[in-house]
Amino acid sequence: MKNSKPWKFRIGLGCLALGALCILPVSARDAPDVGPHPAQPLPPMESHIGHVTGHAKDGKMDYRRYCAGCHGDTGDGNGENAQWLDPKPRDFTLATFKCRSTPTGTLPTDQDLFNTLGRGVTNSFMPVWNTFSDQKRADLVAYIKTFSPRWEKEKAGEPLKVPTEPPVTIESIAHGKALFTKLECWKCHGPQGKGDGPSAATLTDSKDQPIRPYDFSAGRDDSRFKCGSTNEDIYKIFMTGVDGTPMPSFADTIQPNDAWDLVHFLRTLQVHRHSKENDILKAAGGKIPPYVEKPSEAPATQPPSGAAGGGR
Amino acid sequence: MRTSNPCIAVATMVLCPALMFAGTVSGKVTYTGTPVKQKPISMAKEPSCEKQHPTPVNTETVVTGANNTLENVVVYISAGGDDANAPAQAVTFTQKGCQYIPHVIALHTGQELHVVNGDQTSHNIHPMPKANPEWNKSQPPGAPPIVQKFDNAEFISVKCQIHPWMHGWFAVLKTNHYSITGDGGAFTLPNLPPGKYTITAWHEDYGTQTQDVTITGTETKSVDFSFKAKAY
Repeated sequence: MKNSKPWKFRIGLGCLALGALCILPVSARDAPDVGPHPAQPLPPMESHIGHVTGHAKDGKMDYRRYCAGCHGDTGDGNGENAQWLDPKPRDFTLATFKCRSTPTGTLPTDQDLFNTLGRGVTNSFMPVWNTFSDQKRADLVAYIKTFSPRWEKEKAGEPLKVPTEPPVTIESIAHGKALFTKLECWKCHGPQGKGDGPSAATLTDSKDQPIRPYDFSAGRDDSRFKCGSTNEDIYKIFMTGVDGTPMPSFADTIQPNDAWDLVHFLRTLQVHRHSKENDILKAAGGKIPPYVEKPSEAPATQPPSGAAGGGR
Repeated sequence: MRTSNPCIAVATMVLCPALMFAGTVSGKVTYTGTPVKQKPISMAKEPSCEKQHPTPVNTETVVTGANNTLENVVVYISAGGDDANAPAQAVTFTQKGCQYIPHVIALHTGQELHVVNGDQTSHNIHPMPKANPEWNKSQPPGAPPIVQKFDNAEFISVKCQIHPWMHGWFAVLKTNHYSITGDGGAFTLPNLPPGKYTITAWHEDYGTQTQDVTITGTETKSVDFSFKAKAY
């Protein structure tokens, strides 16, 4: 029977099949199981990380495969896994990001988002995506920027200038401790940085979800912060604030050199982590001396005492 | 006062008809039902604030006055009014005794906001907007005012997370015609040129209500709002 069909008919069948194949992907886009889509076509959003240029259209497939499960198809942080996660996945439609080099309330740089992807977010379910090529990560950054109109209207904030780190001394640690007390970091992070300050239990993030202050004492040599692990990263975290959380920006209130002193003290709160700060503290007998304000500095205030405990 | 030049008088009438024929909308905001009882705030964790209040202050989610009047309601022109520019003068929001004073402020989009710390303790000022960028800044005692603006109109909840009882609101509006009810629940919206207006009353817990009103000349129209108290 089959063989008796005229060859023209068989070619016709083949064309039909080919045609159906061409139509399939189009109809799949409208299939109900794919989930909601942004109604507008994708804006030609780009990201620029060094010499790499990311394109939103190239990041879409990877986003839908690897990111949408938690962050949602529309980027609103309500992916199907979100209900099981704490802390909740980031809502990209607000364009509020935790890890920035830019001032509080401003958009992060493309590099900031790129770094977050490669680093993952400690104490959350956001994994490390450093197996992706730089190009793929840049494409994802561009795609994430299509979820909020802010990326079309605003430029990223001016990145914070971080001065060169001065040498660690027992005096800089002592001054850092005085700042930790004076600026009331301990109200949330606790006198020993264990995340158990008097206000800790009441903290919620901007979506009214309970959130814990960072516990400096947890972790050993591998301990990381949400936004990095170097001294410069700590500097940026408290100067720019962690937007969307109770952690405010201190850029208006801490002078750059004072900020480095605070970084040095914060390192000593990581009691199980090997660091130059802990070495210097050990060499000084393991006790942070009271901070004595230099006479050259403006209004003399009593060194705060009592509230914050030692760095041990 | 004698107008020396009749031309000036004529010019004033031609150029400023709004001032010559401006009406007023005024009224009262009340509630029906039983509002939730406000709780005294314990500031024991912040002695420098606690000692400023001989008797503990109450939460301010629902503040009521005599004769069922409702305070802290923002009444404003939501439609029909001129989309005026932001005033050059800044609006001040003060932190004193670990409270926001006042509890609700209203300001125009683009108008400067000055946040002042009058306490001996650090505060963090954390507005949680939806239509504006979210920021969160620390303000130690003696620090200069924090100066900010909001470009988009919305009601923004403001918190201090160091002192979790501190909660306030920024009403960012597209109009300068607004009034916030105080003791007695009264409001007045003066200087309204003839036209049709929508008056909106917003309360942080009871939501919004609107009423339409038409001003034809220099009359004062009375508009009252009544909110139903939420039962808890």
